[in-house]
Amino acid sequence: MKIHEFQAKALLSQYGIPVPRGRVASTPAEAKEIATELGAKVVIKAQVYAGGRGKAGGIKIVNSPEEAEMAASELIGTRLVTHQTGPEGVPVSKVLVEEASDVERELYLSILVDGANRLPFMMASEAGGMEIEEVVQASPEKISKAYIDPAVAFQPYQGRKLAYGMNLSGKQVGEATQLMASLYNLFIAKDCSLAEINPLVTTADGRLVALDAKLNFDDNALFRHKDIQELQDKEQEEPLEVQARELGINNYVKMEGDIGCMVNGAGLAMALNDLISGCGGSAANFLDIGTVNNIDRVVNSFRMFVADSRVKAVLVNIFGGMARVDVIARGIVKAYQQLDIRFPVVIRLAGTNVAEGKRILAQSGISFIEAKDFYDGAHKAVETARGIIS
Amino acid sequence: MAIIIDENTKVIVQGITGREGSLRSRYMKNYGTKVVAGTSPGRGGEEVDGIPVYNTVKEAVRAQGAVDMSVTFIPGPGLKTAVLEAIDAGVKYIVAPVERVPLHDIMEMVSVASKSGVMIIGPGSIGIMSPGKAVAGWLGGNVQWANKLFQPGPIGVLSRSGGESGTVPWVLKNGGFGVSTAIHTGTEPILGVSFADLLLLFEKDEQTLAVAAFGEIGGSQEEEAAEVIKAGKVTKPFIIYIAGTAAPEGQRFSHASAIVERGRGSVQSKVKALREAGAYPVETPKEIVPTLKKLLKL
Repeated sequence: MKIHEFQAKALLSQYGIPVPRGRVASTPAEAKEIATELGAKVVIKAQVYAGGRGKAGGIKIVNSPEEAEMAASELIGTRLVTHQTGPEGVPVSKVLVEEASDVERELYLSILVDGANRLPFMMASEAGGMEIEEVVQASPEKISKAYIDPAVAFQPYQGRKLAYGMNLSGKQVGEATQLMASLYNLFIAKDCSLAEINPLVTTADGRLVALDAKLNFDDNALFRHKDIQELQDKEQEEPLEVQARELGINNYVKMEGDIGCMVNGAGLAMALNDLISGCGGSAANFLDIGTVNNIDRVVNSFRMFVADSRVKAVLVNIFGGMARVDVIARGIVKAYQQLDIRFPVVIRLAGTNVAEGKRILAQSGISFIEAKDFYDGAHKAVETARGIIS
Repeated sequence: MAIIIDENTKVIVQGITGREGSLRSRYMKNYGTKVVAGTSPGRGGEEVDGIPVYNTVKEAVRAQGAVDMSVTFIPGPGLKTAVLEAIDAGVKYIVAPVERVPLHDIMEMVSVASKSGVMIIGPGSIGIMSPGKAVAGWLGGNVQWANKLFQPGPIGVLSRSGGESGTVPWVLKNGGFGVSTAIHTGTEPILGVSFADLLLLFEKDEQTLAVAAFGEIGGSQEEEAAEVIKAGKVTKPFIIYIAGTAAPEGQRFSHASAIVERGRGSVQSKVKALREAGAYPVETPKEIVPTLKKLLKL
């Protein structure tokens, strides 16, 4: 789960990490008021889940409360398109109004999870303020890393190594180490999957300040963090994906095509998407109904296809010993009864109780196209979507 | 031979009285697995299908002697403590079938397991099977289906997909091949055991002549497998299909482990690494059998 920058900064601050003074505003008038309180130069930052805001015009530096009001009015209520969003962009309903910092150097600091080493690691660089992937590519010598054993926790010696790696010296080494320990405490306490400060800056008067912050949280651990759950902003997410989650379908991803897919198992779903592409078609979604045999989940999957106006054909592909084909078949029949299904449906069923499942479909009188296997299903779905067969 | 599990492996089931736990215990026992005990706090003294139930793993071990393996049918939030309990009681192999386990919990249990010389299969693994001998987890689903898909033989099987873990054994069987041991490594972004670890075990197994795998986009298991092959530690042929060619970068699918981020973990990067290492990536599961026949000169 993602949160906004202003929320991430509030958490950092709670854990003792210095952030610029500022507050979030929902209207231009509020932005003006906050700018008046802060005095002098302020920064207005659009609050969206996507990165790349600076280049997209989502961050403005202004010199007066009037300019702050103006800048906020240019952002609030619009949609921001960055290189990380689709062409439709994401809505801006809040801006963060902050004092402008007198930046001396821009550094980078993050904690990530390494699947191969099965450990979290802290990564620091003297080259902050740009995309860290570019630094990793262009000048890997500017990156230093420290793996942290969760059973041992973050150690000050690791902090010193990273601080020297960022070319810090004097009392800033100790301060940076303290800041890193705080970030690790936050990362652990809130079950983060990513904690990133980019840039972490040194100011002209020698302070370390988190100028921007990104925190992602592990969805599987949200059950123990009610406070984090409440921070979620559904407006920033894909509406079809929000709807799927509300229908109890956790494994739905919107894609670019026009063939609705319902599959049991993520691997099978991916293999099917590959095959559809190979046949010259394109999937509208990825939808894994899982191995739970649940009639309502089948009906709700069809509800998603009906809600998605792009869908021209649907392919149902069920395979394996864990799936009860008769239950899936009952779900499909129930979906036809409850919903206004106007697209052709290609069905491939194999698994436990397959004969019973096929009998249920045949007796129901619903109209569908039967596929004999995985490959046949993909071909028929692509041809149906193109109107070649019906 | 086979790896990790055979007909002599003593297995317990943690969470045996739950819906999944009892159902899958019955399946394992019916298939031939030596399921000696189960645990469920507060349910000690009961039986599930003739399998004695104990309150704790320590109690089960006291009553039944040392056990080799535990299968944990414990929901994600409680998995960490269940795994630590099994490690504390001296269990050396843990199969964790549950999904949606907190990431930090997995990192902690894997850290403790590696220091204790314990192997965790999963989390999110539907299991491991040495056909004709034993199964732990619910790989195969039921005895009838398991017998239809899996037959004993000389090919080690690895799968990153649970739903698809029957696919490779099925194409092998249709092509006249059987399986030494099949393992689903799990669905979570951090896993206890990887393709690379398991390839090293298959290398030492006399029954196994080659290994066939169902890979996926995202993560780095396939690249790690390529590294152990390149280093000369694995000499048996490794044939692998990787699902997810059509996935856009940065996309997260139903299990978190299938993420493609900025070029890393893409099918292209995996195929390149594997091919350079001397493994045999194939474009569809159908090509596995002809490739095997060519390599094994059959």
